[in-house]
Amino acid sequence: MRREFIEALVAVAERDERVVLLTGDLGFAALEPFSERFPDRFFNAGVAEQNMVGMATGLAEAGLTPYVYSISTFASMRGYEFIRNGPVLHDLPVRIVGVGEGADYSHNGITHYALEDVALMRAQPGLTLVNPASSGQVAPMLRAVQDLSGPAYIRLSKLSGSVPGLPDEFELGRAHRIGAGGSIAIVALGAMASNAVAAADLLAERGVQASVIVVSSITPAPIEDLIAGLSGVSLALSVEAHYVTGGVGSLVAEVIAENGLGCRLIRAGAQAAPAGVSGSLAYMHEQLGISPQRLADRVLEALQVRSEAAVLQVPNDAAVLL
Amino acid sequence: MPMTDPLTDTAARIADSIRRTTIDQSKRANVGHIGSALSIADILAALFAGPLADVDPSDPDRHRLVLSKGHAVLALYGALHACGRLTDAELDTYCGDGSHLAGHPEHTLEGIDFSTGSLGQGLSLAAGCALAARLQGSERIAFTVMSDAELNEGSVWEAAMFAAHHQLSRLVAIVDVNGQQALGYTRDVLDLEPLAARWESFGWDVHEVDGNDLRALGDTLQSLRMDGGAPHVVLARTVFGKGVTFMENRIEWHYLPQTDAEYALAAAELERGEK
Repeated sequence: MRREFIEALVAVAERDERVVLLTGDLGFAALEPFSERFPDRFFNAGVAEQNMVGMATGLAEAGLTPYVYSISTFASMRGYEFIRNGPVLHDLPVRIVGVGEGADYSHNGITHYALEDVALMRAQPGLTLVNPASSGQVAPMLRAVQDLSGPAYIRLSKLSGSVPGLPDEFELGRAHRIGAGGSIAIVALGAMASNAVAAADLLAERGVQASVIVVSSITPAPIEDLIAGLSGVSLALSVEAHYVTGGVGSLVAEVIAENGLGCRLIRAGAQAAPAGVSGSLAYMHEQLGISPQRLADRVLEALQVRSEAAVLQVPNDAAVLL
Repeated sequence: MPMTDPLTDTAARIADSIRRTTIDQSKRANVGHIGSALSIADILAALFAGPLADVDPSDPDRHRLVLSKGHAVLALYGALHACGRLTDAELDTYCGDGSHLAGHPEHTLEGIDFSTGSLGQGLSLAAGCALAARLQGSERIAFTVMSDAELNEGSVWEAAMFAAHHQLSRLVAIVDVNGQQALGYTRDVLDLEPLAARWESFGWDVHEVDGNDLRALGDTLQSLRMDGGAPHVVLARTVFGKGVTFMENRIEWHYLPQTDAEYALAAAELERGEK
């Protein structure tokens, strides 16, 4: 979604001269539409993410709207304390753009896998956190984020493409449901929406109906849409290219618990650092348990437990029951 | 006897006031970081008597000051107070419940441009201020006051490289070279020398000055060229704890609060000095 992002940023920068783009020496064959159109508003800060975020804070304090760009791991973690003490603490409109969700950088390996950036950014109060699910959501997302007075983290998948059933719309604090009701819902973060929809299709082939709730605005969280989408649902499966702690699975757990929803939650995502394991994106999704087949299997396994429990009539262990 | 001039006289008055505020308020609040604050009293006095004398905190085009060594904030409160920008009553809330005057500066207090306290971040903030001024066609200057020990932080040198590469001539870094850090002398912890050569090798316009000489500080600040060229670093060689003899160059006065007896001794020495 880098290409869509830069196209959208150029469009925003055409009418808003506050926009400045800084990169941590990344974005080869991606940032040129901006750097060539606005050479005076483009800075390669070098391989120096901390200083890049610190300078962006100084730029934003003066009324500019700096976008800082890097691979998600470096954008989120290398300068994390600068983010916290800078744009977050001062409530300034710095936009941190991280490219790559989960194992998007596939064969490049674990140092390039963004598996905890959502958890880190969710922890920062007042920081808007978005993760578009499709190429068509990128431009409306950017328009929504540009005018915010406070900071934002934009998590971009490397993949481009559309998600069947998902309109090219974006609204902060809203989620979008694909497919009708049923007692099963798959809640997907960002571009994992594609795998979620594919998993729902696999389940449909087995006669199991599941809706998909696409979360692309994490902060502000789509609380009301999640409540609506999970009401009447007995099994929810969260899906994220991220560790299972601190991301959308945790968000869904909070919504279920805090609103007393009668819904079991299974969280799909990375359980441990996939150190020494790398490969194609499809391979990595399989390894992390977030491929369409692995997701469908998680649902079927859960249903199997339920049906076996019902047959055996052993209702004592509520933890394994739906 | 050196000749006096109005600017230096004003600076001397501010410096005395900063030292008095530092001793009094740290005692009242029973907190430390006294030596670090005394160390920059003359640097802040030169700034507030000079380029920051008429700064209006509500003017978006004002000069910026980033106190990168945020733990010395008591000196900054002292400077603001000496210039009539903080009242006695406000000063007396220092380190109290609900006060904006914390042990490290917070931007929620008028007159503080940036919250600081984590070392190694101020030069990046100031570089951003200077870059913004250039983009906006403004003549405002970005000042930052740094500690020498915070030069241990790698991020400082990231900012140093960027500022020199982009010739941010409206960026002024003043390093309080007092030779001390929390647990020892800088030469024993991570030797910074040759400090001037290091900055020069990074492409900066380097000035070394006696950081407790108000005339020299003022002259140096006035001499900096803002119309292009390299960013400026003033290596202000100071005495840690300057003005209170028993604190000078003593590691423990990074953290210690004063006993009643120590306070009496310090206050008496400052009073003698002011006469």
